[in-house]
Amino acid sequence: MSVPFIAALQQSAIAPVGPQAGRIAFLFWSFLILLTCVFLLTIGFTLWALSRHHRGIEQEPLERTHRPSAATDARMTRAIGAATVVTVLILFGLLIASVVTGEQLAGLRYASNAMAVEITGNQWWWEIRYLSDNTRRILRTANELHIPVGRPVMIRGTSHDVIHSFWAPNLHGKRDLIPSRITTEWIEADQPGQYRGQCAEFCGLQHAHMALWVIAEPQEKFDAWFEAQLQPAAPPEDAHLQAGEQAFLSSSCVLCHTIRGTDAAGQVAPDLTHLASRLTIAAGTLPNNKGNLGGWIADPQTIKPGNHMATVALKSEDVQPLLDYLESLH
Amino acid sequence: MRVLAALACVIALTGCQRERRDLRPAPPQAAIYGDAAREGTLQPGGVLPARAVAYPASQNALAISEGQRLFAWYNCTGCHSHGGGGIGPPLIKEHWIYGGEPENIFETLVKGRPNGMPTWGGRIPEYQMWQIVAYIRSMNHLEPQSASPARADSLEPSPTIQNKRAGVTR
Repeated sequence: MSVPFIAALQQSAIAPVGPQAGRIAFLFWSFLILLTCVFLLTIGFTLWALSRHHRGIEQEPLERTHRPSAATDARMTRAIGAATVVTVLILFGLLIASVVTGEQLAGLRYASNAMAVEITGNQWWWEIRYLSDNTRRILRTANELHIPVGRPVMIRGTSHDVIHSFWAPNLHGKRDLIPSRITTEWIEADQPGQYRGQCAEFCGLQHAHMALWVIAEPQEKFDAWFEAQLQPAAPPEDAHLQAGEQAFLSSSCVLCHTIRGTDAAGQVAPDLTHLASRLTIAAGTLPNNKGNLGGWIADPQTIKPGNHMATVALKSEDVQPLLDYLESLH
Repeated sequence: MRVLAALACVIALTGCQRERRDLRPAPPQAAIYGDAAREGTLQPGGVLPARAVAYPASQNALAISEGQRLFAWYNCTGCHSHGGGGIGPPLIKEHWIYGGEPENIFETLVKGRPNGMPTWGGRIPEYQMWQIVAYIRSMNHLEPQSASPARADSLEPSPTIQNKRAGVTR
């Protein structure tokens, strides 16, 4: 398979990887196949009726008294009656199929081994918080949702500004994230992989650049990731990285961003404690590497016009240490 | 003819200060504004005319709404509430301790003030400071109503202040 084709399957409702999306896809295919048959039959009969040999109406006008024979009349009544019954049965069948699908989609919530993640929409990024009864095990991260394979996950959605919509089509349908309200959605991934999600409710200038990656991995791998993410950032060892940390702490960055283990504790922008462990920067806009990060910090308004990342005038000698420091935050 | 007139109106709108969206900020020039800020009128050798400060965020709808967002983001609300004051003084008022001109408010942000106002210089980029200044002024109806947020978080200034301002400013 070619690379674009695989990429397309990473964000596709017809390539389901979980029970929820699977049911939706099943419903979609049932509707599509059944209704395609109905459509073809209807069009076929219409064309057949049009092409039948019959009296040329214009040449020989029908007599006022013309009536079909009793046999033809009875046959027509039977045919139309049967077609009506079949139509009603098909519609009822589809109704039942869609209600049953809805019921099944809601059924995942009764699982006992479920976990809860809070997703908060922001212009234009996703804040992700793994909830826990133990406050020390609440994890805050951004734009990348890791989930264990085969385990139901409750997405508890809300928003800080305008209405957004969480949509990872390989896993489930859309769910709106509404300011000062909580919406929920249950997802489960049955195959490990990386699936792309996208904001599905127009939310402003950078709506199109508001993506996130859902990374489904086996439970042990997920646990390892989770424990690593819970750790604060390791203090930088050499002087170069220390200079980078200092550049971060002594500029505007700290007003919005958090790096756990340092004084930076801003809450209004993505948590950067383990920035280098993420696939992308700027909410799925660019692959995460030093060059892109440099461009993003130097001039965020060119990469994502209108976004809320401040344009910070850094000293030129601070740039390289800062980038190396941020890329060391694994 | 009517179509032409309507077209002319639409084209005229694009020249409107309110609609301008400068997403890329102007380079910082804090030193210029520092001289302009005055806290008193006493000056040796006769009073020099005040330097007019054309601050970039003035009369601009985007800048004022950005200022509104930043006012909450940087937790100005923590002390000043939405302009009514709390731990810190109110920001909707006539008499400013350190001067109420844009350059004075700018300087207050940059330098901080005794008894609790933090020094924001070096933390908040300069263009954002001006956006916050513009928002604080819009709370006091000192920015054009057409550019101010339609749904402000701030309180309304008292009618006396409003009436006075209406005579003085517009």
